[in-house]
Amino acid sequence: MSKRQRLLLVEVLVPCALVVIWYVISLNSTSFYFPPLKTILGNFWSFWLGKGFIAQVVPSIERMAIGYGLAIVAGVIVGVGMGLSTWAHDLANPLVEFLRSIPSILLIPFGIVVLGVGTSMKVFIIALGCAFPIILNTADGVRSVEPTLIDVARTFKLSGWTRLVRVVLPSAGPQIFAGLRASLPLALILMVVSEMLASTNGIGYSILQAQTRFVISEMWGGIIVLGILGYLVNLILTVAEGRVLAWHRGYRASLLGKAPTAPRARRNMKARTGRPTVRQEERRG
Amino acid sequence: MADAKADLNGPREKERPPLVRIEALQKTYGSGPGEHRAIADISLDVDDGEFACIVGPSGCGKTTLLRCLSGLLPPSSGTVKISGKLVEGPPAEMALVFQEYNRSLFPWMSVYSNVAMPLKKRLRAKERDLVVNEALHAVGLEGTGNKYPWQLSGGMQQRVAIARAVAYRPAILLMDEPFASVDAQTRNELEDLILQVRHEYGVTILFVTHDIDEAVYMADRVVVLSKPPCSIVKILPVPLPRPRQQVATKQLPEYTHLRAEVYGMIVGHA
Repeated sequence: MSKRQRLLLVEVLVPCALVVIWYVISLNSTSFYFPPLKTILGNFWSFWLGKGFIAQVVPSIERMAIGYGLAIVAGVIVGVGMGLSTWAHDLANPLVEFLRSIPSILLIPFGIVVLGVGTSMKVFIIALGCAFPIILNTADGVRSVEPTLIDVARTFKLSGWTRLVRVVLPSAGPQIFAGLRASLPLALILMVVSEMLASTNGIGYSILQAQTRFVISEMWGGIIVLGILGYLVNLILTVAEGRVLAWHRGYRASLLGKAPTAPRARRNMKARTGRPTVRQEERRG
Repeated sequence: MADAKADLNGPREKERPPLVRIEALQKTYGSGPGEHRAIADISLDVDDGEFACIVGPSGCGKTTLLRCLSGLLPPSSGTVKISGKLVEGPPAEMALVFQEYNRSLFPWMSVYSNVAMPLKKRLRAKERDLVVNEALHAVGLEGTGNKYPWQLSGGMQQRVAIARAVAYRPAILLMDEPFASVDAQTRNELEDLILQVRHEYGVTILFVTHDIDEAVYMADRVVVLSKPPCSIVKILPVPLPRPRQQVATKQLPEYTHLRAEVYGMIVGHA
């Protein structure tokens, strides 16, 4: 069994074992606050994966996806602007630093007043909160593009757009993804909190409702849904990063002198993940 | 290169204007008490098809000179003209090969894309494919197009940079100590590669190096620079027969003699 397979096995088995232990221990629980896992899973199955899924989970996912998506677009655009122009950076940086130090949850009351309690308020709050880590990381990445590569782009007379898309953005890619990773948990938190404070549906709303109605198993079920959702979005981002930045791991390894001397030829241009080679390097190091 | 006499700082009359004309070039970094004079005064003509090597003690401002030539750095005073046209930014008929191959190639692109990248504007996909494959073939890298540059050895990466430069079909190829970070044997191979590529593509080459052997071995003329602030100590024609060969050429008494002469000048002024 390879090291990778073993890691994967541990990653799957340990949570499974914990769930089984929880299930067995809680089987005879009479505690009102900690109902048996069996009851929770029953509710999870009948409500959260049943009628609650379309009514509560889907709206939440939608808000999070749109808010996070907007944050990526706005964050990368503003970040690139701040990274390319010293003038824009000096102008915007104090404002960005000020705004990001305000917890965006505090803007929910403002959002409610201006945008109401609907979806647009939640999307706005999520987008606002998630944008700052992306802005700052993108600006950093754009500012630290290797100067020699800029010289290369200049001598070959690449147009401004080509320079941006083919040189600056890929070069800033690792840092842009660092921003994306930092803001992903924020998106989840802001989604839940905004739904708890002002909403008529959504996971956060449902959990709070379940709690006030003393349907504790439904509350626990919602928390499990959030956990699974958080795990899945993180998985999606990790996979996306692995694909987009496959070159980066190999490149870094080669700079540290761990480059493979006889690299495996890739069969076609599409197979860009190149992950097997990267893993081999790591083991060698 | 016929009338490439060491006539240093005066204007010269010729039938045809030289491909590159550097006139009274000066470069000073900063101003006031902290200023640093990198280039004192350089005037130089390079003819079409010529191979000129610029040698000088390390830190003498060779790279600054090359950056001024390529239009990446504006000179403090003086001018650089290419085919009579003033250089104010990187000229379209020029390509550069940098010393650090691991910084000058795009690590997120395959070897093929690295070479094809500058041609996107000029050529259609079909012609581009032809030109790129030809260039990769010329530097002995056929079959590596799908790899990333960082999967290759240092010498091979520099070959990719050379392929990218020649595929661009420049009239002038500027090379900034391109072989300073590769081992000695690879360096000799790459020297011969450049001579061969020059023969095939008929490109004018301005080659900056601190290696005297390399300069004398490759050049039609060796331009010797002084220690900083740099100026031209002497321009030496190299009348060694071509094609040059690593062993045979370096055994010639003229080679040894020229090498010693350049060495004396550099050490004398270092």
